[in-house]
Amino acid sequence: MRLKCPANFRIIRLPCTGKIDVIHILRAFEKGADGVYVVGCMEGDCHFKSGNFRARKRVEQAAKILDQIGVGGERVKMYNLSSGEGPLFAQYSIEMDNKIRELGPNPVKVALQAKKQAA
Amino acid sequence: MIIASKKPIEEIIQEVKDYKRLLILGCNECVTVCEAGGKKEVEVLASTLRMHFIKEGNEKKIEERTLERQCDHEYLEEIRGIVDNYDAILSLACGVGVQFTAEKYHSTPLLPGVNTCFLGANEQRGMWTERCQACGSCILARTGGICPISRCAKRVMNGPCGGSSKGKCEINKELDCAWQLIIDRLRDLGRLDDYEIVAPIKDWSTERAGGPRKVVREDVQV
Repeated sequence: MRLKCPANFRIIRLPCTGKIDVIHILRAFEKGADGVYVVGCMEGDCHFKSGNFRARKRVEQAAKILDQIGVGGERVKMYNLSSGEGPLFAQYSIEMDNKIRELGPNPVKVALQAKKQAA
Repeated sequence: MIIASKKPIEEIIQEVKDYKRLLILGCNECVTVCEAGGKKEVEVLASTLRMHFIKEGNEKKIEERTLERQCDHEYLEEIRGIVDNYDAILSLACGVGVQFTAEKYHSTPLLPGVNTCFLGANEQRGMWTERCQACGSCILARTGGICPISRCAKRVMNGPCGGSSKGKCEINKELDCAWQLIIDRLRDLGRLDDYEIVAPIKDWSTERAGGPRKVVREDVQV
């Protein structure tokens, strides 16, 4: 398809989005990620019945935690698409990239970098 | 099992902010099953606190450990070698675990990370309801297996009271009247005659009102 999408995100493959847990999302932020988005199958189309619904709930939980500590819950998002929707996948990555650029870098990463520079 | 709920993160931050080295101690029993203080919750809380304090420019050493139980000597002994590495322990066990750990490690401040709620059952995913008040003298044989002590707001022994309406309790329209449940069950069991027997005055000395309780079993002591 030769679709254009940002080169600054890393794809982590999962057997199903139902595998994802809150801690996986939080660890990404702890390690310096500026944003995380989870792409699951269309709702109602999960091969394992409710994996993508579970993922959505966990994304919401992670967003709530990130809001509470001031990192920003809008940095995580859940998307749903079918495996035949490559263009939509590219569009979501651009959308997320723009959103994160708007929000700026992860404050945890900024604080760690500042500490490193001071040392 | 013992049901606990997570404390708000703001409250935990407030409690731990002055300690530089913190151990978050989970428990593999009840609080794991009710998703308040198991290994997963320890990981999430530790990550949350680490990020919060880094962001605030107050980086701390926050480490994780989950014991099989915090209400048994042998499992608590597992952390004896490392306990001095920390300024405080944030325990995600129930109130029993927190206290037992505090008794064992007298010089280390112990902080609770959960609110211990009640003895209950996992009625459905994400919902736990009270079933027992540990009154110390079980009367379930007479009440069709439904406990009026824990499930009736008034703990009425010969119910229902006048506040029961259409099978619901007057304190909350969603709450089943325990005595309605008892009567329905006794009827289904063909034991409605039992309902006519006036319950004797309950011995409350075995309940918490008699002070902190103790069970001693000489047959299993060695």
